[in-house]
Amino acid sequence: MPREMNIREAVMDAVKEEMERDPTVVYLGECVEGLFGDRSYEMPIAEAGFTGVGVGAALAGLRPIVEIMFGDFVTFAMDPIVNQAAKIRYMFGGAASVPLVIRCPFGACPGMAAQHCQSLESWFAGIPGLKVVTPATPRDAKGLMLAAIRDDNPVLFCEARHSGIRETITDADGPIPIGKAAIRRVGKDATIVTYGSMLEKSLQAAEQLAAKGIDTEVVDLRTILPLDEEAVLASVAKTGRLVTAAEAYAPCSVASEIAALVMEKGFRSLKAPLRRVHPKFAPVPFASELVHSLLPQVEDIVAAVERPAD
Amino acid sequence: MIPRHHALAVYRTMLKIRLFEERVAQLFRDHKLYGPAHLYVGQEAVAAGVCAHLAPTDYVASTHRGHGHLIAKGGRYDRMMAELFARATGYCKGKGGSMHIADMSLNMLGANGIVSAGIPLATGAAFAAKVLKNGRVSVAFFGDGAANEGVFMESMNIAATNRLPVVFVCENNTYSVGIKWRTVANHDDIAARAHGLGLPGVIVDGQDVTAVYREAATALERARSGAGPTLLECKTYRYFGHCGIWGDPRDPAEVAAWKARDPIALFAARLRSEGMASEAELESMAEELRRELDAAVAFAMASPAPRPEEVTSDVYSESTGPRASTTAGTTGITVGNDVVSKYLEE
Ligand SMILES: Cc1ncc(C[n+]2csc(CCOP(=O)(O)OP(=O)(O)O)c2C)c(N)n1
Repeated sequence: MPREMNIREAVMDAVKEEMERDPTVVYLGECVEGLFGDRSYEMPIAEAGFTGVGVGAALAGLRPIVEIMFGDFVTFAMDPIVNQAAKIRYMFGGAASVPLVIRCPFGACPGMAAQHCQSLESWFAGIPGLKVVTPATPRDAKGLMLAAIRDDNPVLFCEARHSGIRETITDADGPIPIGKAAIRRVGKDATIVTYGSMLEKSLQAAEQLAAKGIDTEVVDLRTILPLDEEAVLASVAKTGRLVTAAEAYAPCSVASEIAALVMEKGFRSLKAPLRRVHPKFAPVPFASELVHSLLPQVEDIVAAVERPAD
Repeated sequence: MIPRHHALAVYRTMLKIRLFEERVAQLFRDHKLYGPAHLYVGQEAVAAGVCAHLAPTDYVASTHRGHGHLIAKGGRYDRMMAELFARATGYCKGKGGSMHIADMSLNMLGANGIVSAGIPLATGAAFAAKVLKNGRVSVAFFGDGAANEGVFMESMNIAATNRLPVVFVCENNTYSVGIKWRTVANHDDIAARAHGLGLPGVIVDGQDVTAVYREAATALERARSGAGPTLLECKTYRYFGHCGIWGDPRDPAEVAAWKARDPIALFAARLRSEGMASEAELESMAEELRRELDAAVAFAMASPAPRPEEVTSDVYSESTGPRASTTAGTTGITVGNDVVSKYLEE
């Protein structure tokens, strides 16, 4: 039955569907008792411990989804993710696989401040052995969650926590391949490469630009590891202009990686310097006025496309 | 005492570990090997006494000092030696080395370069066993140093709360590198840490394999029956320095005192006095193992190095689940590649 959902509901829908299909799928996290009947397991506030339990369980025949309540708390679970889950297959010469999903909702909103608002996904996007998906829409959230659960590799699932997008989802909405970007708006004059929470603002910016006669293409990466290099390079080859828009800080970010990619493999396509639109370099504040000031807004994206050399 | 039918097998495991580690030490002295290798000599009774109760399908998670656990779980000299020699025929195809040596076909979830990281892995394997109701148990081996990492407490708490079939085996050899336990802890016994979390904490003489065997039996029985985890603290000692054959700052008198209670010598004496084995039988067992070791070293040295282009293989699995089988002894993944099978056949 088609239903309108937000991202969170779409993720739940995917997990439920996959649990029906595969008896080895289980859900571990904090405050999850009963969320998926007897298939969700209440864990203590011990992210390092229960993420490690997820890795061990994945090695021993389950397909666990481990929920980190707020993505920020993933700092406690760096070892099981980075040194265990991501490395085990390689260290063991291919003799093991770790079919684990780590669900890390990221993103800022007023009132939650510095420790509950970060977008840390870039940290993981340079770790061989991991995959990192960043769904921006409910349909992608469902499709990428289905794909992440079925994938035999550890997948960090970074949904845009505060996305307001609602979409109608049907049972026909199946898995979406990990590593494939989506062209959200076709255009010929400029490219915005974005992902996660900045998709909405990028689309709004593209509309404003269209009104000014700049036909802008919007590429939603959907996965940041592995990157869909082809989609980015093809769009830049067509438009000759590139702006990235993301909620993660600029230094050493996915945006930096996109910039490096285009310099290395698409330099001749560029007709103007590329621009990165990103938050100011400060922790996420509490006051809504300050959060607004910190985060990139639609007008910042519009300005970056209009005036690339500023 | 260990039942007669089991006693010689347990002795053989201890000896198999000792001879392997001594050969590895010699290979380092001869500059044939590189990289760290944390030797297990002195602690053999722990791995042998615990793993004697495990089936191949049961799980073990190990540490940087992992050779003994792999051998006790059934690991092969030849593929271990080949891994230490960084050869394509090694357990990890030359990608893991001593600190990551693993045999997934024995459900040995690997040595681990991160102190304490194996503890939640073993707990997770026990969690899977409980969910899948396959009757398997899981063992986490770790040192006294690991007991000061947070995941030790977190894992014991999760295991106790969910009555997971896991046994936490702390090999307290007093030292983590050069740090003495009492310099970084305000109490003597690690077993005591279990009590507040609602699981039994048992102190065991880790040099007496019959004691380890007995307490492990009780703990594993408790795990298998669904009653939950146990913490076994085995008081033991390593004979070599922290890593390989290099530097040992410990008091030689202390080392000598521990060596006077050598686990293998103690058990050999017991076997002889109880008429379970003669001196000659034990010596011929050693001879046989030495020949196996010679063959393993020859196998490793004759094996090819990994091809440079292998550097980027095995990073990702290409497959997607559900797995063909979740009840098989392995996790449905076959070990080895063409190179390995070719050399093992010869
Ligand atoms: C998380 C982490 N911290 C530090 C180290 C460096 N290190 C390797 S082995 C070791 C000592 C571990 O002591 P213990 O757990 O008692 O095991 P033992 O060496 O005595 O077998 C240390 C500190 C490491 N590998 N991992």
